[in-house]
Amino acid sequence: MDLEFSAIMNKNSLVISNLYVQTNDGKEILHGVSLRIKKGEIHAIMGPNGSGKSTLAQALMGNPNYIITRGKIKIDGIDVTKLSPDKRAQYGLFLGFQDPVEIPGVNFGSFLRMAVNENKKKEKRISPIAFRKQLLEQADVFAFKKDILSRNLNEGFSGGEKKKSEILQLSLLKPVYAILDEPDSGLDIDGLKFIARTISSLSHKFGLALITHYQRILKFIKPDFIHVLVDGKIAETGDYVLVKKIEKKGYRQYIKN
Amino acid sequence: MKIEPIKKNNYKLGFSKPDTSIFKLPKGINKKIVETISYYKNEPDWMRKFRLRAFEIFENKMMPSWGADLSGINFRDFYYFISPTDKKFNNWKDVPYDIKNTYEKIGIPQAEQKMLAGVGAQYDSEVIYNNLKKQWEKQGVIFCDPDTAVQKYPDIVKHYFGTVIGPEDNKFAALNSAVWSGGSFIYVPKNVQVTIPLQAYFRINSASFGQFERTLIIAEERSCVHYIEGCSAPIYSKESMHAGVVEIIVKKGARVKYTTIQNWSNNVYNLVTKRMVIEEDGIGEWVDGNIGSKATMKYPCLILKGKGAKGEILSLAFASNGQHQDTGGKAIHLAPYTTSNIVAKSVSVKGGKSSFRGLVKIVKGAHNSRSYMRCNALILDKLSCAQTFPAHIVDENNTILEHEATVSKIGEKQLFYLMSRGLSEQQATSLIVNGFIEPIVKELPLEYAVELNRLIELSMEGAIG
Repeated sequence: MDLEFSAIMNKNSLVISNLYVQTNDGKEILHGVSLRIKKGEIHAIMGPNGSGKSTLAQALMGNPNYIITRGKIKIDGIDVTKLSPDKRAQYGLFLGFQDPVEIPGVNFGSFLRMAVNENKKKEKRISPIAFRKQLLEQADVFAFKKDILSRNLNEGFSGGEKKKSEILQLSLLKPVYAILDEPDSGLDIDGLKFIARTISSLSHKFGLALITHYQRILKFIKPDFIHVLVDGKIAETGDYVLVKKIEKKGYRQYIKN
Repeated sequence: MKIEPIKKNNYKLGFSKPDTSIFKLPKGINKKIVETISYYKNEPDWMRKFRLRAFEIFENKMMPSWGADLSGINFRDFYYFISPTDKKFNNWKDVPYDIKNTYEKIGIPQAEQKMLAGVGAQYDSEVIYNNLKKQWEKQGVIFCDPDTAVQKYPDIVKHYFGTVIGPEDNKFAALNSAVWSGGSFIYVPKNVQVTIPLQAYFRINSASFGQFERTLIIAEERSCVHYIEGCSAPIYSKESMHAGVVEIIVKKGARVKYTTIQNWSNNVYNLVTKRMVIEEDGIGEWVDGNIGSKATMKYPCLILKGKGAKGEILSLAFASNGQHQDTGGKAIHLAPYTTSNIVAKSVSVKGGKSSFRGLVKIVKGAHNSRSYMRCNALILDKLSCAQTFPAHIVDENNTILEHEATVSKIGEKQLFYLMSRGLSEQQATSLIVNGFIEPIVKELPLEYAVELNRLIELSMEGAIG
């Protein structure tokens, strides 16, 4: 691949190259992970518990507890490896948390409006009234009760509400690339279908890295690529056929020793 | 002692005392100064004696050996009485830059900025004040400064003054009793409900932000009043000590709420004694916010004297660089079926120190009483610290006591979550801090709450990293 071509490829992609990540106490979790997610593509990242899926998500977003020792993260050609989480967000990256933290006393609506405004630095800021209208519409789509506006961020949200709130935030913030860390965990089949449907119906075009332990959500969201992460490395990459293989044989086939 | 010549009063603006002549006593305190203050105010003999007795107590009292570091206080360095007109006009040029800057940043109109800095008075509110005043007077409500009250309502003042907090209480209460000037006097007759909060703001004159202000509130049976004083914007004071006394009497079935936000400039020692006696089925509430000063020692107290009396203290302390907020609350249960609720929140940042002291005392015979005390401290960086000193003295078996205390650092998870949505570290921190104090801020009138939020955002500047 010549340099020019590679530059064009990078321009519309989230590129993770040869990423090594360790925890604060020096334990290496990821040993050289590479991925390229183009805008409009859906990538499923699967793997057994403890394989490093969440570490990858956290490291991509810039959680200071996960230290990148080697490798690079580029958003549309811009190296964000050393940038703080807010800068990465402003370059278009979003992380849907597996278990979002409760923030007492912080109003959900006001927080979201602040976030939306921060992510559109150059454009005109959205007025509180216009934002309220938008949020109420979206809340309706996500089958939230109207009182969501007066509630505090994730505080007292049920498991299902927390999951929905993450996707609602995704729909309003309109990132270019989104990582969703197990958006399906802890949901019953109806909850799962609902989440999957709302993710698929998001109107704006973005690249998606969907981290999941189970294949069941992939029945409702068809990924373009499947990556199997085992022991901090991508063990196999393929298309939907790979899901069938995992369904049959489990992750055991990848585990050596 | 040299007394400067008394000049004819030229002060016509506003509604402060008419006899505001330029009058200044030398620095320091002695018996003669105390007598001169009383003489100047043309006080009755009982008040003069009260002051002199208090001065004697002040002289013999030790400084508190606990709490904030007060070693910087030298009683000889203060003026104990400056007449209002003389004090009023600080020079705007002398107001420190950072205080002016804060006014700008929190968006306070210029006229109000000057009032807060002690440069001028707030005249715009005069019309509103006078209209409200008519309403109150119709209902028999008295709302004036205590100097006026001593002259106009001597019987009521004499009956209650110093009965809740005597000069014996502590050194600063004694000092205040000896040299007090200004403050508020409120009397609400039986069955009268004052629907609009009484605000010191309405009758701002130089005396209102005095150093040794004295507040006395009497709510007769089944009456109701909410008093609000102070403001969240910094108040610039050239004088570096504020020793106030607040006494409140809540009669049977009455309800009093007292809201204070104090943000003295950071050269001020803020040492205030506040106490409320609540009689049968009465309700008393303190909302107390301290965001300024060099050192604050203030523990609003509830004395639950009558059966079924209820009391609540909400306390908020914000300690920044070079500040020590030593605050808290006390509840003394003297009668059965009494309840108290103390909730304190403190935030320490940029090397600030906050200490919480909570005392709940339930005496023998105050059966079926219950008390809930909660203290949450939030520390924002490694330079800052927080302490909690809760105490319970219970001499009655049949009571319920709950206590909860947490000291926490700002949550890394919370910071990361907010930053992952595009908020800067500073924005995220402000949001978390404002969320933390929200349970108390929501009890404040809206304009205070808005100002307070902006002020806290401002205090966060440069606090990170």
